[in-house]
Amino acid sequence: MLTELWNDAEGGFHPASAPDFLPATALKQVQLRRLRAVVARAYKNVALFRSRMEERGLTPDAIHSLADIQRLPFTVKTDLRDTYPFGLFASPMSDVVRLHASSGTTGKPIVVAYTREDIEVWAEVMARTFAACGLHRGDILQNAFGYGLFTGGLGAHYGGEALGATVIPISGGNTDRQIMLIRDFGVSALCCTPSYFTHMIERARELGVDLHDLPLRVGIFGAEPWTDGMRRHIETEAGIKAYDIYGLSEIIGPGVASECSAQDGLHLFEDHFYPEIIDPETGEALPDGQEGELVLTTLSKKAMPMIRYRTRDITSLITEPCTCGRTLRRMRRIGRRSDDMFIIRGVNVFPSQVEAALLAVEGTLPHYQIILTRDQGLDRMAVEVEVTPEVFSDRIGALENVRTRLALAIEHILGIRVELRLVEPRSIARSEGKAKRVIDRRNDTA
Amino acid sequence: MKLQQLSLFLENRPGRLDAPLETIAAEGINILTLSLADTAQFGILRLIVREWDKAKRVLEQAGWVVNLTEVVAVDVLDRPGGLAAVLKILDGAGLNIEYMYAYSLRRGDKAILIFRFEDPDRAIQILLDQGLHVVDGDELMSFAAA
Repeated sequence: MLTELWNDAEGGFHPASAPDFLPATALKQVQLRRLRAVVARAYKNVALFRSRMEERGLTPDAIHSLADIQRLPFTVKTDLRDTYPFGLFASPMSDVVRLHASSGTTGKPIVVAYTREDIEVWAEVMARTFAACGLHRGDILQNAFGYGLFTGGLGAHYGGEALGATVIPISGGNTDRQIMLIRDFGVSALCCTPSYFTHMIERARELGVDLHDLPLRVGIFGAEPWTDGMRRHIETEAGIKAYDIYGLSEIIGPGVASECSAQDGLHLFEDHFYPEIIDPETGEALPDGQEGELVLTTLSKKAMPMIRYRTRDITSLITEPCTCGRTLRRMRRIGRRSDDMFIIRGVNVFPSQVEAALLAVEGTLPHYQIILTRDQGLDRMAVEVEVTPEVFSDRIGALENVRTRLALAIEHILGIRVELRLVEPRSIARSEGKAKRVIDRRNDTA
Repeated sequence: MKLQQLSLFLENRPGRLDAPLETIAAEGINILTLSLADTAQFGILRLIVREWDKAKRVLEQAGWVVNLTEVVAVDVLDRPGGLAAVLKILDGAGLNIEYMYAYSLRRGDKAILIFRFEDPDRAIQILLDQGLHVVDGDELMSFAAA
């Protein structure tokens, strides 16, 4: 293996990263060849896709250039639910070596499948992810993504091993043990959700463990949107570099895109996942640089190809060359996911807007939760914010002042009145996976 | 001359006071005095304990946010007008009191006043100049033990 030959010379690139530097023309050739193959495969094996192509009078031969992708039908999340469990598979079960599934909080879970080749591609893109975040052979990687049906744990696991790192498959949870192993094993890199890591920072502080004194150098965070303010908080409090990675189970799991040393947008592994940005209202493709919904096509997936999958994630593509030298296009960090949005009194609200307001007042992001209730037909929004050592005071007046400033900052951004409640530290449930920011009780009582 | 006071944030709900008090009781830490300030939504528990550094550590380990503030204790005669006389002096010196609380000793004829000043050092100087008795930590402990 190439990784065997690698010596960790400063400033060099890990050989796993080689495909990240393909010249643009070569990349386009690879993309077109793979696109034609995957469309042909889905047309032949997936009834839903074939019928949608037929409705449009299309056959796989319609693909002559990458631009022709815009003629193809979209795939949406409900397609996965409607064909539950195996309706979108393009491989016989005898070729499928792994199934994963979403947690299925709303109705049936969605199921995703992998052939052996898919697993290898997944390991490759996750190895490229870790390499882009500055990891190499010799790194000790604590993988605190959940192992199991969730794609995060095993995706990062195989990628870490493919890179040549030493992987600790600790999974999520048991925070005291996480901190003990970080210290005792000399862990140099860790991956989990950003909200879980902020919980680890908090717990380490309570236990009297100073993360700055430990070899921990890099954090690789994904599976939920997080802000630059949260990144600064994590980097300062833990003394590490914090990188954002992106992926979704429907496409492969983690490993779709990753930040690099520049920490300025996420490189899409577009030799495997072809990105488009569309207007979410009209479905029309938008030019590079414009913000819209990210649509992804899996160029090499065998068991479950996704053609023009609508991610519901809002971002834009950056075409300017990156200082790291990678030729892969970048997308801006996902600040909001259409799925996270809620509507209150006719106003569209993203939790990230509330986060921005809290950050502006406190300087760091406190634990918070949004609670929606309905009182005599009127929707009400309350924001519970945990008191932090930074804002706590022995004087009532100072705390009332903090409460008022937080409420005003949120009201200023959203334009609606909120009830702001200061709550005790650790009274808001901590998540070991994706943080639950919004509790909607509006339909609990009719 | 200054005393270390611990403050804790509490939500204003029934039973919230129990948990922190049990936490320090379990460590055998004795509370010399406490006061509770509250609004409709939250409260602040202020504690003066024998081993404030140990109490702070165990409370923080249990997940509480603990604030450390320097306060000043003055003893006065436990009789009508005792407090008023001290307040008059402080007022005359233009000292700003953030808040205060008081307690009577179990024995003797003294009451202890605990003051949170904006500028505790200046306050102590003025109190001493006026011939008042500022109680330090050791003395407070001995009162409690008496």
